[in-house]
Amino acid sequence: MAKTLFEKLWDAHVVAQEPDSPAVLYIDLHLVHEVTSPQAFEGLRKRGIKVRRPDKTFGTLDHGIPTHDRSLPILDEMAARQIAIMEQNCADQGIQLYGLKTGADKQGIVHVIGPELGLTQPGMTIVCGDSHTATHGAFGALGFGIGTSEVEMVLSTQCLLQRKPETCNVQVNGTLKKGVTAKDIILGIIAKYGVGGGTGMVYEYTGDAIRAMTMEERMTICNMSIEGGSRAGMIAPDETTYNFVAGREFAPKGAAWDKKLAWWKTLPSDDGATYDATYSLDADVLEPMITYGTNPGMGMHITDRVPDPAKIGDLSQRKALEKALAYMDLTPNQPLLGHKVDVVFIGSCTNSRMSDLRQAAEMLKGRKVSPNVRVMVVPGSAQIKKQAEREGLDTIFKEAGAEWREAGCSMCIAMNGDQLQQGQYAVSTSNRNFEGRQGKGGRTFLASPLTAAATAIAGVVADARSMVN
Amino acid sequence: MSNFTSLTSKIVPLNAENVDTDQIIPARFLKVTDKLGLGEQLFCDWRYNADGSPKPEFILNKPEMKGRQVLLAGDNFGCGSSREHAPWALAGYGFRAVISTSFADIFRNNSLKNGLLPIIVDKDTHAQLFSLAEEDPNTSVSVDLATQTLSLPDGRAVRFPIDSFSKTCLLNGVDEIGYVLGMREQIEAYEAR
Repeated sequence: MAKTLFEKLWDAHVVAQEPDSPAVLYIDLHLVHEVTSPQAFEGLRKRGIKVRRPDKTFGTLDHGIPTHDRSLPILDEMAARQIAIMEQNCADQGIQLYGLKTGADKQGIVHVIGPELGLTQPGMTIVCGDSHTATHGAFGALGFGIGTSEVEMVLSTQCLLQRKPETCNVQVNGTLKKGVTAKDIILGIIAKYGVGGGTGMVYEYTGDAIRAMTMEERMTICNMSIEGGSRAGMIAPDETTYNFVAGREFAPKGAAWDKKLAWWKTLPSDDGATYDATYSLDADVLEPMITYGTNPGMGMHITDRVPDPAKIGDLSQRKALEKALAYMDLTPNQPLLGHKVDVVFIGSCTNSRMSDLRQAAEMLKGRKVSPNVRVMVVPGSAQIKKQAEREGLDTIFKEAGAEWREAGCSMCIAMNGDQLQQGQYAVSTSNRNFEGRQGKGGRTFLASPLTAAATAIAGVVADARSMVN
Repeated sequence: MSNFTSLTSKIVPLNAENVDTDQIIPARFLKVTDKLGLGEQLFCDWRYNADGSPKPEFILNKPEMKGRQVLLAGDNFGCGSSREHAPWALAGYGFRAVISTSFADIFRNNSLKNGLLPIIVDKDTHAQLFSLAEEDPNTSVSVDLATQTLSLPDGRAVRFPIDSFSKTCLLNGVDEIGYVLGMREQIEAYEAR
């Protein structure tokens, strides 16, 4: 029978399936960070058991760590304590940690370092106590976020109880116009199908626009699957995928590579495989996207005007839009182009990789950021930081007046001191514009690195296409 | 794991769609290393002013809402971040059940593991509950997990879906990790493949 990519991976990982019960699914890679794991490790201690497969478990410090000079002490006592506990848990359990003291040269955002180190490979099941684990689906892996109780289960058993989700084929065909990026595609999909459009489903992104993408672009797309309600987003592996993985530290080598590669090539969905739903987006007509509201589905073309609640028939949707516009202090029908911005944030597991930084740097080269705007550039990992410095990108950012910081989640989740102040506006390359997400009372416009860089220069929301460097 | 059998409670209506877990418990409270005490920060930025005083207009701050165990929420409740701190905060506050038309997948899984019952109802029942709560703020419902029924004040009993495994686990407080730990042989056999 013809199977989808998802079905092939699912079937290959079922350890046991009792009637009327969820499947026991084997997990190939478990990524752990400091914020959602302490209670799980504590659970193991209470049971008197050890981590079953420390060799399949990797830790990083990303959510709570400062992105300023790492030689300075961490002033936030609770964050410092959480980090110390993570270091101790990894040491006690024999888990490789990419942190401040050990593995610091490879530390970074969990969804950036997994692929970077070659830990993320096609055909794998990958989980992390973090909803953006969907990122890893870009490799033809099944990656999804889990809660802390599930982190405890995977640490204990290397397995997870899972009900089989439905599948949705998300077709993206056409050719992107200049100045339109992968970020705009995923914001476009979420705006079209809503933040709950993927609930209960796994997205598989298909179509020639996806095939034409680099791995970094595919990661940006899969990363935000969860913002559309889908726990996992997948892309079938191809030569682009294999070329990216080959030679990385944890990638298979020699005969092991050949064997894996032969299997990976069998993974793409079969002709005639069926999905429970089909969504689509036309890349030909897409413009740069920006969000105006308080969830990632409240997005529009950057040249559009903020929608008018009075024109929405559904009462609860109208109320939601009214509430969002009140929080954002925006009026119906106003354009966002030219709107004032206080902060520009370039970073996060969505857009902090080399191609994102290169795009932003190309725009900023020889220019100055607006004196009214604080611009933060936060690389996704220590390795990316180093590479960017090798290419001189840090100099471009600093000469333009932007801050060049250490790797971490930073102002995407705003729990490390990098945050918006009450009432401030940001254009952010991150993934969530929820109320207060980037700091209590802060207001976020989500957009691509190109739009962020153009906005940094203009000091107001700007269309990068009108100022290509 | 905490169990759940049945309860009768007045409801707390929170009429907002797509309530994300950042609203349920903002990220700055995720630096804790245990599960307790998060009830105080539940819906923190909707519930308190900057000086820490309660916002009187927010539903949880109305004196008659105190002690209620059922939250009636809008569509797609619990979207966004995977933080289990969200059900910890809801349960820590005293909620035992949340009623909505749909729940985000990760939030739903996390809730079931913490004795917090996500109850999915159809749009009509959902709208009826909100109008009942508006007409009579003391509207009360009964939940019985064994029969999967939500009983409304007019005597109507609405059946809600839950998979049989989760139901058994909740009714009996089954330790799911213990269940999978018991499959050691099968796991070893899989690993040996």
